[in-house]
Amino acid sequence: MTATDTAPHPVATSGTPSPARRGGGRSRRALGVRTASDLSLLVVTVFFCIPLLWVVLASFDAQASLSVAWPAEPGLANYAAIWNAETLFRPLLNSVVLCGGATLVTVATAALAAYPLSRYRSRAKRPFLLTIIFATGLPITAIMIPVYALFVQVNLVDSMGGAILFLAASSLPYSIFLMKNFMDDVPIQIEESAWTEGAGMLRTLWSIVLPLMRPATAVVTIFTFVSMWGNFFVPFMLLLSPDKLPAAVTLYTFSSQYGQVAYGQLAAFSIFYSLPVIVLYLLLGRRLGAGFAASGGLKA
Amino acid sequence: MTTTTAPPADVAERRPPRTRTLARGLPMVPAVVLLLVFMAGPVVYSVYLAFTNEALRGEGAAVTSLVGLDNFATALADPAFWNSVLLTLVFTLISAVIGQNLLGMALALLMRQSTKVVRAVTGAVVIAAWILPEVVAGYLWVTFLAEEGSLNTLLTAIGLPAQDWLVSVPIWAVAFANIWRGTAFTMLIYTAALAGISPEIRESAEMDGAGPVRRFTTITLPLLRQSIATNLMLITLQTLSVFGLIWIMTAGGPADASQTLPLYMYEQAFSYGQLGYGTAIALMLLLIGALASLAYLRLLPKEDKQ
Repeated sequence: MTATDTAPHPVATSGTPSPARRGGGRSRRALGVRTASDLSLLVVTVFFCIPLLWVVLASFDAQASLSVAWPAEPGLANYAAIWNAETLFRPLLNSVVLCGGATLVTVATAALAAYPLSRYRSRAKRPFLLTIIFATGLPITAIMIPVYALFVQVNLVDSMGGAILFLAASSLPYSIFLMKNFMDDVPIQIEESAWTEGAGMLRTLWSIVLPLMRPATAVVTIFTFVSMWGNFFVPFMLLLSPDKLPAAVTLYTFSSQYGQVAYGQLAAFSIFYSLPVIVLYLLLGRRLGAGFAASGGLKA
Repeated sequence: MTTTTAPPADVAERRPPRTRTLARGLPMVPAVVLLLVFMAGPVVYSVYLAFTNEALRGEGAAVTSLVGLDNFATALADPAFWNSVLLTLVFTLISAVIGQNLLGMALALLMRQSTKVVRAVTGAVVIAAWILPEVVAGYLWVTFLAEEGSLNTLLTAIGLPAQDWLVSVPIWAVAFANIWRGTAFTMLIYTAALAGISPEIRESAEMDGAGPVRRFTTITLPLLRQSIATNLMLITLQTLSVFGLIWIMTAGGPADASQTLPLYMYEQAFSYGQLGYGTAIALMLLLIGALASLAYLRLLPKEDKQ
């Protein structure tokens, strides 16, 4: 996981005085600063680790309790217990359909919308971008009741398609904003020659611009997917039948259904459910910083 | 990422201007339709809904009628509403404005001074906490803070009394869980912003004999002002609307000791079926978010406001 050395650190490296250039006293001080920083970071890391440690250890412990403890008889009993369609595979498949479908819709429509925003001038552009940025900050939680009420009226509650479209729309503002910013960095000269040869807008976008911004598209896709994968409130409200519920919701019902919670199984399920997002972030690696530089420089 | 505007691309000027403008806007249609139907629609509808007695059952379910400002008056007269507002503000202040913001800044600054391995390990762990699904994070903190949980095991090991943190200090419990979960976001924003400060500025300050604290307050902080304002705005809006984490950890309880506005809204709308009233609460949640955003915008340097 390399998110932190993402942002290349020209400052950090050049800030460390090289002993050749500066006096020995300075470099000893730099060493002291470095050790103190390392120690403070390690303390924070240990504290951050304890809750994480529980889920890993408990998942291998058939008699798992609430506290972090080394399993008395480490084994795969918990994994075996949840290894069936009902508990594990169907919720995960539902999550893939829900979040995968919504991500596809979001990224495709965001790429299309970003192209004119990045390439053409128009009086409507600035107000549109400002609206998009405003919508980025709109808390989705606050519109879930009207969404539910509307879904009831048009009979979309408990429809996978409805949930997919709503999830897609809710992450569109941020995706359009990111896509437009990334697209601005693609030089326009290559497209100009394509235009003079008569290539249409869609063709230019598909065969010239998008291939050039493949890494950026990956960032937007993974960001979108991961935030949807962890979303609990939207499927919790919009989907009802047990055979449609994604892992986010079944994990919640997992503990509330039975009086006695099988913590080991809950931990094992949590690990399976978390695995995809961890893998995706590892894939994203050092490109993670790019998305953040974009939101840090939030400007219309 | 710099927001450079692309040069004007008026190459193909074959069609008359108006049709050309329309044709150019065509790729935006799918996104605009989705946004209008699923985002703008509910927002507009919520303004209507908040002034009605729409309900899942009972009187408002049979015949929905406009009730004027009744919902808002009911809320303002309800001690449970004010309890939620206060808890929401406390939760946002502790976990976002103070916790995530300061810890994220500290981590971003420390990482610039530390060895590569430590930087990578810390980053991995902090980001792991952030990318885990909300429900998983909730359960991890339930087990950490429960009566037989890890924290009490640690405390009793060093001779301190154990307690059920989710019952004795529920709002602090969920606030700390939210710090744990959200700090990575702030850390990444500040790391990117710090990397954008040119090394020359720092070096010349160092030459002039400015110490680390002075360099931070007179150079780094002013240069980071825009990032700080943006970050505070984003994390405040995120934290105001946290639902899943609190729902999993305490469900708002015990009694209503950790019932922030989103949970109060949910309880009113779905446990009691008062959709109209719940929507009025949601609007007030949006109002708090808007006020906070305006306050942060004032932090921006003048030239960026316009």
